[in-house]
Amino acid sequence: MAGKTLDRRKFLTRSLLLGCSAAASPLWTPVSFAAAPWDARMVVIILRGAMDGLDVVQPWGDPAFAQLRPGAPRPGTEGGPKDLDGYFALHPGLARLMPLWRAGELGFVHAVSTPYRDKRSHFTGQDILEAGVADEAASVRSDGWLNRMLQQVPGVTAETTYAIGRGDMLLTRGTAPVSDWSPDASLGIDASALRRMDVMMHEDPLFRDNLGEAIVLSGLADSAALSVGDMAGDMAGDMAGGMTGDMAMSGGASPRRELKEMAAAARNSGVAQIAAFAAEKLRGDARIASFSLNGWDTHASQERTIAAPLERLESVILGLKEGLGPIWGKTGVIAMTEFGRTAATNGTGGTDHGTGGAMLLAGGALRGGKVYGDWPGLAEEALYVRRDLMPTRDVRAHAAWIMRGLFGLSIPDLEAAIFPGLEMGSEPGLVL
Amino acid sequence: MAFDPLLADIRFGCGRSPVIAPPSGVEEMLTRLTGPDAAAAQFPVPGYDMLSAKQAEFARQRREIKPVKDKARRDKMQAAYREMYMREIKELRREHRLWLWNQMMRRAHTEDGLRERLVAFWADHFAASGKNAVFNLSVAPSHEDTIRPHLTGRFADLVKAVMTQPLMLHFLDQTTSRGPNSQMAQKKKGGGLNENLARELMELHTLGVDGPYTQADVRELAELLAGLSIGADFSFLFRPALAEPGAETVLGRSYGGPGEARLEDVLQVLDDLATHPVTARHIARKLAVHFVADTPDPALVDHVAARFEETGGQLDAVYGALLEHPAAWDPAPGNVKRPLDFIGSALRLFAVPPDSRAGRQPGIQGDLLRAPLMLMGQPWDEPPGPEGWPEEDEAWVSPQRLAARVRWAWTAPSVLMEDLPDPRALLTLAVGDRVDEALDFAVKAAADRTEGVALVLCSPAFQRM
Repeated sequence: MAGKTLDRRKFLTRSLLLGCSAAASPLWTPVSFAAAPWDARMVVIILRGAMDGLDVVQPWGDPAFAQLRPGAPRPGTEGGPKDLDGYFALHPGLARLMPLWRAGELGFVHAVSTPYRDKRSHFTGQDILEAGVADEAASVRSDGWLNRMLQQVPGVTAETTYAIGRGDMLLTRGTAPVSDWSPDASLGIDASALRRMDVMMHEDPLFRDNLGEAIVLSGLADSAALSVGDMAGDMAGDMAGGMTGDMAMSGGASPRRELKEMAAAARNSGVAQIAAFAAEKLRGDARIASFSLNGWDTHASQERTIAAPLERLESVILGLKEGLGPIWGKTGVIAMTEFGRTAATNGTGGTDHGTGGAMLLAGGALRGGKVYGDWPGLAEEALYVRRDLMPTRDVRAHAAWIMRGLFGLSIPDLEAAIFPGLEMGSEPGLVL
Repeated sequence: MAFDPLLADIRFGCGRSPVIAPPSGVEEMLTRLTGPDAAAAQFPVPGYDMLSAKQAEFARQRREIKPVKDKARRDKMQAAYREMYMREIKELRREHRLWLWNQMMRRAHTEDGLRERLVAFWADHFAASGKNAVFNLSVAPSHEDTIRPHLTGRFADLVKAVMTQPLMLHFLDQTTSRGPNSQMAQKKKGGGLNENLARELMELHTLGVDGPYTQADVRELAELLAGLSIGADFSFLFRPALAEPGAETVLGRSYGGPGEARLEDVLQVLDDLATHPVTARHIARKLAVHFVADTPDPALVDHVAARFEETGGQLDAVYGALLEHPAAWDPAPGNVKRPLDFIGSALRLFAVPPDSRAGRQPGIQGDLLRAPLMLMGQPWDEPPGPEGWPEEDEAWVSPQRLAARVRWAWTAPSVLMEDLPDPRALLTLAVGDRVDEALDFAVKAAADRTEGVALVLCSPAFQRM
């Protein structure tokens, strides 16, 4: 490689005038937040592992249900499910959401699914759900439907949308800017070191861009941002100061204490933190938040294994409502999963991968107090391949109608760009 | 593009070391790999036996309490049991941290870095985790038993070892599955098939999701596997009484027949799935993606798959095919290190002594390794599901995960070592000729050693394989 010993002055000139300025690193360019494109808020929750819609929203009005789920406690019994509308009952694990149901702030759509069929792989199923596409072949695309939605709207900035959690999600991946951040993350280093790190990562866009986002999201951008002139002066100072001799050992904060803090943050990061973080952002300039909740793959002893994910879902919805305060009234929350589970319990008190499932709706902007959908029935011949709840509508149609209602997106955009191949069908009236 | 000792360390090993020379060629890498497992001997992690013994003892004590009629006496016994159980679990968790430390010390001090990387690769391919307190702790011990000894043998033997491993049977609910017409199902009403293991065996472990199987194959395979179970001593047990009577057809071949179900039929279907040409391709591609690039050269995949097919999945030959192919030695920096590789290669770069302060204090190990791994997105031995960790670079370099790496690079080295090395020398050792002018400049301009070392670790040149 040529020029490894390039002198600093030359290097500075080059990187300052060409590289860095072109890349608009947050360290060099002040970050400004544009006004949000709309006032409504949306939260998208991906329920990973295939939530059993038939257990969460139990169709006791269907005569076949009791046979498919022998031993399930009936509505009205002690610790049993909570009656919703005389036909469906809510799993007792979500009982704390009943006040929301009564206030019209909680609803469901039943017998829905993505277009994915038959192979019932979680991983392909989740890709199709998040990519928002019609079939497996198209699921290799590298962007998610939520990101494509943002691409249709002028004025969207990274501050508009938060993807929350330690992982990254296909749902929000794509060319529109999205902030990926977790409430337990921080950078914790000083501004001049950050600038050197930025210089060092400059040629590797993956590292450079993510560092830039981390700087903004951890709130360091303001303290770190310097004009190009300041930067040059600073670097010149470094040169004059001469870092050529033996490098000094660091003083400052104790690394051991820093590590302890990091560990404490890791331990304390649960759904309560996610809900609080999402609410905080949505009270400000953010309009969309998205995250996942895991643990729905209840193959055995479902009565026990579904309790924890239900509690997390319940807590996160209550946490959002509490954290959002008056903003809750402008908010639509949707929770969707890759597919449903078998209509009948399997031999081990659980359920295997199925097809049709349920979607959860919450928030003051949505018309709750109702279980939407065309109920196909649970008689054996009504089931999908005599095994799973028959999906009667594409889950994407409901997400599309909600975005149309909340954000005013056009039907052609929704059916072509955001959910390619979708026919939205009749308006279900989910948005108030 | 040919063998390069730097890449042998960085891409196919555990990183660079100031005290251990890189291998001299592919042949030496394979010789070391097929030789004795020195790292495991030097830094031991117990096998699953240790935990099955604990489980069996807990179960025995619980059985003693159950029939006691006198309530006061039973309550007292239960309280004593609970106290003993909590004490034991606490002690196991303390040891568990030491196992992680020892795994890291293997990476830091091994002369056979490829072995540690392959163990991690297969542990991920057969990802499993615990669903109760003791199984939670049995992930690393299970890898000692099932993965390490089968690393260079036939892939089919590795599959058989994993499919008869209690952790996997527990994780994918196999222990509760029984044939719908099995003796057990007839004797006791209720109970039946669970498809979980059968599906993942074909989708993830052998054929791949695009493989030539249908829901009917999943069902039949689940019936065939139904006898796989765990005994009262918490070790593997084949229970014919749980198996579905009669023959099952998987991918067009019939297994079993009249009479008592036999483990041999299960092993036969595992053999057939493991040596299937579609499996060869699936495994070849996975190896190439993991070690070389998210989108590997198709010629490399073809070459490895062909060797897999020719040898019936003889793994040392398969690795040889990967390593002898020129595309494996593309000098451009490759995949982003996963958090375990990132931290492991940092410990190796510093040659952290096994008996350093962190090695003696489990409390520090938690803060130094466990919590940071979680924040970087790869909590130790807790894969997100049976599909294992993602391969794409983008999954590991998100703002929040990168922030965790940066923070670790700033703090951990000073906790690991009393004296930090000179960052300029460290840089040359760590990344060799990957140093470019910006990196060289940044490290030299660092305000102090802490920052200089952190910049070396955070550099894309170090973070990529």
